[in-house]
Amino acid sequence: MAFIARRLAFYVATIWAAVTINFLIPRVMPGNAVASALSKFQNLTPQVVKALEIEFGFHTKGSLLTQYLQYWNNVVHFNLGVSTSEYPTHVSTIIGQTLPWTIGLVGVATVLSFAIGTLLGVVAAWRRGGLLDRVMPAFTLLQATPYFFLALLMIYLFALKLGWLPYGQGYTLGVVPGFTWAFISSAITHSILPALTIIATSIGGWMLQMRNVMLTTISEDYILVAQAKGLSSRRVMFTYGARNAVLPNIAGFALALGFVVAGALVMEIVFSYPGVGLTLYNAVTSNDYPLMQGIFLVISLAVLSASLLADIAYALSDPRARRRSAF
Amino acid sequence: MAVGQVPIDVGSAPAEPLAKGHRTRSFMDRVSAFRSRLPLKAKVGITILSLYILVAIIGPWIAPFDPNATTTQAIPEAPTIHHLLGTSATGGDVLSQILVGTRATVILGLVTGVIATTLSVLVGTAAGYLGGYVDEGLSLFSNVFLVLPALPLLVVILGYLPHTGELPTAIVLSALGWAWGARVIRAQTLSLRNRDFVLAAREVGERPWRIIVYELLPNQIGLIAASFVGTVLYAVLTSVALAFLGITNFSDWNYGDILYWAQSGSAVNLGAWWWYVFPGLTVAVLGMSLVLINFGLDELSNPRLRSSGSLRKLGRRNWRPADPTPVIRDYVEGAR
Repeated sequence: MAFIARRLAFYVATIWAAVTINFLIPRVMPGNAVASALSKFQNLTPQVVKALEIEFGFHTKGSLLTQYLQYWNNVVHFNLGVSTSEYPTHVSTIIGQTLPWTIGLVGVATVLSFAIGTLLGVVAAWRRGGLLDRVMPAFTLLQATPYFFLALLMIYLFALKLGWLPYGQGYTLGVVPGFTWAFISSAITHSILPALTIIATSIGGWMLQMRNVMLTTISEDYILVAQAKGLSSRRVMFTYGARNAVLPNIAGFALALGFVVAGALVMEIVFSYPGVGLTLYNAVTSNDYPLMQGIFLVISLAVLSASLLADIAYALSDPRARRRSAF
Repeated sequence: MAVGQVPIDVGSAPAEPLAKGHRTRSFMDRVSAFRSRLPLKAKVGITILSLYILVAIIGPWIAPFDPNATTTQAIPEAPTIHHLLGTSATGGDVLSQILVGTRATVILGLVTGVIATTLSVLVGTAAGYLGGYVDEGLSLFSNVFLVLPALPLLVVILGYLPHTGELPTAIVLSALGWAWGARVIRAQTLSLRNRDFVLAAREVGERPWRIIVYELLPNQIGLIAASFVGTVLYAVLTSVALAFLGITNFSDWNYGDILYWAQSGSAVNLGAWWWYVFPGLTVAVLGMSLVLINFGLDELSNPRLRSSGSLRKLGRRNWRPADPTPVIRDYVEGAR
């Protein structure tokens, strides 16, 4: 069970690292985080300053060790402090409002990109030298394009020139959020452009990895045997070839799911989409340290839970991998 | 794509046996031998990258205007014979901004590539070669860095560091970008460690650092190069994205700054496409050259991945997946 012990050590170490980085950054960096946060309020008495410090979760009194333990205590109770830019809203409330937007949009886009990309990769490898295989480098080159550049081009073309799709915000202003058709359809049309840009920039990676692993897999003897037995091409391609070649992609997919929360940063800023990334950006530009730290912590936890899923999925799908880690 | 080059190489093949006799070929011979073996993709990529490096060196001297120049105009000016790539809203020449900005972006990419790849090589070979608890510890260390979300952490850290210079950005980018390369290099070291030539060197009593430097590293040079190129791509794209978000040092021009000003000057809404399309394409072509180099390196080390074009050259119309991988003879002989 060395494998499980190793993975456990990994999770513990990563959680510790994420929380500790979060704790250290405002204390190590030049500039006084507390002072810059409090500078928004005028004419404060020392008692009020102290009360606000505690409310924001700064706790600058006491030794570094007691501060550290206090910080851990807060994290365990999910007490992330109060946002300074949207005082007096709690950081956890803000994250709770923005997280569904990000997970909904980027999650769906990532799943679609993975599914389509992997399938195209299988076909490209199977029909090596075919049309798909030859146009594939074009998809991969999209990955080398700065994401926001592609997004700006798409906004210009589809939203401004052609006027087919709206952009900016998560839904049309004036529509009341709720389970109404008006709101849902508005939210969906607003998500098409951002989703398309995410898929366009990420699909090439899935395709290339799948194709390359698939090429190695289908030159193995058991594929030859399967063909010699007279099995249909489709069966050999998917059940024999792709079934084995998809493993690295699954591991990558679980990690990509973890980065859903993080990777949307630039997209949300370009499209002013009301998700976690835009909130993090606003927190940085308005020096809202409690919010910044809270979001970073949530993002780290999301990545970790995804890598836990990756481990489980990998162990389930590949018996050989039960002794190794998924990524 | 690679097809055009392959048959032509047949003519130069007889040169190989001549050189085989004496191991100490001149440096230029070896460079040209390496060049003739490179897949076309890598050649194209290296050519484009060299062009960027050239512009990074001479860019500020050949820029026709001062990139910071401002005029009293309030709208961006479309490309004219005077301003080949148009101007920004304040009258800055976009071409000059690109030419001047190349230096900062290219230097940042290369410096990050060097620092991060050095870290990857150190951690990867040490973990793979030494094994045991060292391996467990270092692998744990790199796994943690692998899952820490880089871009948000960068935004948070660089948000605390006001008026970030190039060097802090490069250091933070390297600190968050080395882990992937370290994993790959560790895996390769593990597989090399028990090969005969390494065992022989150990038997002779070579010291570990000597085995690592003279036996292991030369056999991973392709992997290290690929890791370097990948890191440069990551650094360029991430730094441009960060600058685009306004987390940058505005005293120096770089590609992200131009795009930041275009975005904050609402170039998209004004229809001033030249303001963001040209700098965006400049970044995209730089990224493309790096991707092409990496494709080339991949094909060099794994013949199976060679582009579909060479297959058609073999005249195998009905190639079945289960057939042995066709490998073009010239490539194989060139590689010996």
